[in-house]
Amino acid sequence: MKKPFSLQVDMDSFLPASAEEKEYMVQMRPSTTFFRDGVKRLVKNKIALISFIVIVAITVAAILIPAFWPYSYDQMLGVQPGRPVDASYNNLKPMTYGRTEQKLIDAGEDVFPHLFGTDQHGRDYFIRVVYGTRISLAVGFFASIIVLIIGITIGAISGYVGGKVDLVIMRIVDIIYSLPDMLMVILLASVLGVSRLGEAIEGTSLERIGGNIISLFIVFAILYWVSMARLIRGQILSLREQEYVLAAQATGARSGWIIRKHLIPNCISVVIISTALQIPNAIFTESYLSFLGLGVNAPMSSLGSLASDALNGISSYPYRLVIPAIVISLIVLSLNLFGDGLRDAFDPKLNA
Amino acid sequence: MADNQTPLVDIRHLKEYFYISTGPFTTKPLKAVDDVSFTIRRGETLGLVGESGCGKTTVGRTVLQLYKPTGGEIWYDGKQVKTARDLKEFRTKATMVFQDPYSSLNPRMTVSDIIAEPLDVHGLYKTKEERRERVLELMQYVGLNSEHASRYAHEFSGGQRQRIGIARSLSVNPEFIVCDEPVSALDVSIQAQVINMFDELQDKLGLTYLFIAHDLLVVRHISDRIAVMYLGKMVELADADEIYGHPLHPYSKSLISAVPVPDPRTARANQRIALKGDIPSPLNAPSGCPFRTRCPYATDACAESMPEFKEVSSGHFVACHRTAEINS
Ligand SMILES: Nc1ncnc2c1ncn2[C@@H]1O[C@H](COP(=O)(O)OP(=O)(O)OP(=O)(O)O)[C@@H](O)[C@H]1O
Ligand code: SF4
Ligand SMILES: [Mg+2]
Repeated sequence: MKKPFSLQVDMDSFLPASAEEKEYMVQMRPSTTFFRDGVKRLVKNKIALISFIVIVAITVAAILIPAFWPYSYDQMLGVQPGRPVDASYNNLKPMTYGRTEQKLIDAGEDVFPHLFGTDQHGRDYFIRVVYGTRISLAVGFFASIIVLIIGITIGAISGYVGGKVDLVIMRIVDIIYSLPDMLMVILLASVLGVSRLGEAIEGTSLERIGGNIISLFIVFAILYWVSMARLIRGQILSLREQEYVLAAQATGARSGWIIRKHLIPNCISVVIISTALQIPNAIFTESYLSFLGLGVNAPMSSLGSLASDALNGISSYPYRLVIPAIVISLIVLSLNLFGDGLRDAFDPKLNA
Repeated sequence: MADNQTPLVDIRHLKEYFYISTGPFTTKPLKAVDDVSFTIRRGETLGLVGESGCGKTTVGRTVLQLYKPTGGEIWYDGKQVKTARDLKEFRTKATMVFQDPYSSLNPRMTVSDIIAEPLDVHGLYKTKEERRERVLELMQYVGLNSEHASRYAHEFSGGQRQRIGIARSLSVNPEFIVCDEPVSALDVSIQAQVINMFDELQDKLGLTYLFIAHDLLVVRHISDRIAVMYLGKMVELADADEIYGHPLHPYSKSLISAVPVPDPRTARANQRIALKGDIPSPLNAPSGCPFRTRCPYATDACAESMPEFKEVSSGHFVACHRTAEINS
């Protein structure tokens, strides 16, 4: 030792440890990656796991069932070519059959049952619910992707570039934030729906989806990116302050390297989590717009429009309202619970 | 120590102002570093001390041009570091060890990726094998178990993390390292180990350090010369022993009198000089001498002009109007 270092600490008492001593001192648990750690925590969370299973089951059902179901969502069972309309197919109760079907059954043949009966036009209600679920899930998923792309791009630019650009973007975000969003959604959806959007897409593949759904996506693109942009901006701002980013700059790393190696890996989990939480939001919005008649075009069904149609016969056929309502609740609830589970597992800091 | 006369690092009138917004359209300069000059010879360690918030970190970062200097010049090995190309070369010769061992390591990267990051950025290896060997060699230098190369930084203790940071700063084979309070976040027993390691690495690799600390004990052990900062300005610079034996600036005197002394008799004789008041905010620095609001010797003249930073005896610089009177 050249010089005495301090009173409290006698430097001579610090002999280098031998290899064995080091081995003894270093007690570490087996190395795990951040991702594996998160998955482990997620699997331990029973509620999140059950929610995940429910979501997967519903999604798989919505995708596969229409492929082998004998009825289609727009097939009016009472209408056969060259015959008068058979009204006995309209408004069937669950597990009952139309007149011609009953004859076949009496003759000893198998007829596929109408699990939830039929609606007032004689369409199989079960398959309509399945289709509605499909539409709702698709809208939720794609709307979230749109929100994600716009939100990430704008938020990242705002946070990384900073200065005046940031100021302007954040004021725009504030303005959009302060609008009453339900009102804006309804106004935008009805203006876009009524306007030429329907004609503009006529004859294209978009027609089948319907102008209303397109306008719904536009509504999402215009209104709902703001919270995602805010979140991403906040993340980027706080990550930029981290000393490891400074350390990378000190080695001479360029922006591209810093974004790729430091910023993206550290905010990806937050992005995934908030996207997961965005999906039920979108599904909910789609449902109530459809309920108000601003959603899918007939004869396509969505869970919201099914519920809305069911209002007409609410006293005789209450189950037609209850079924889509239960499905919406189940989807939204399990997505939310799963999103919460993801957040707890992958980003404990986010927990408020 | 150095055989040639040009210092390795020569900082001239360095200024770093941060513009703090005080209203929607107004900003005010925060003079974090104001007109600081010093040199460091090859193989030497310059200790930089001062209270929290006096601008030590900012000096270190501005010297490495992590912040663009508001004014002043940075000369390295006889050449001014100015253009982007100078800077690129400078980055492989001058590196930094950071203050906070937690936020300075990316939690999503493995130890070997962290240590090799500078190598990756500069493309300093040809094969993966070469990279791996270099990483293992560096880990051995800083006393890390080579089996831990594929672990994540969050699995290590503070002391181990700081060693990882040191290995990273060594990876490009630098000549000059800015050590920004590398031990202040560690507990005392580990501080000693890490400081000894800095010492050994300096001998082995011929390194030059700018060693920042707020604790005089820590820098004294490792420094050849010591600089004292107060509120963005350098107030005294001299050989380590000289500063301990004959501090000239009233602020240095008070810092040194606050250091505990082993012998109670000298401790009593060596009366503690207590400072009155708090450090003023760097946003509203006092006129003239920055220390005048707390200086027991302040006069009206001290409020009027900033004392010059001048050499009063060989290699001993002080910025005080009344150096001669106080120390007679
Ligand atoms: N990026 C920044 N923007 C604005 N002000 C800053 C910035 N960095 C530092 N400052 C200010 O500059 C002054 C000096 O800060 P600096 O971090 O250099 O102090 P320090 O001596 O390293 O303190 P510590 O011992 O706490 O690390 C402080 O008043 C600080 O608030
Ligand atoms: S210049 Fe005046 S105020 Fe400043 S340290 Fe010297 S005596 Fe004190
Ligand atoms: Mg500091």
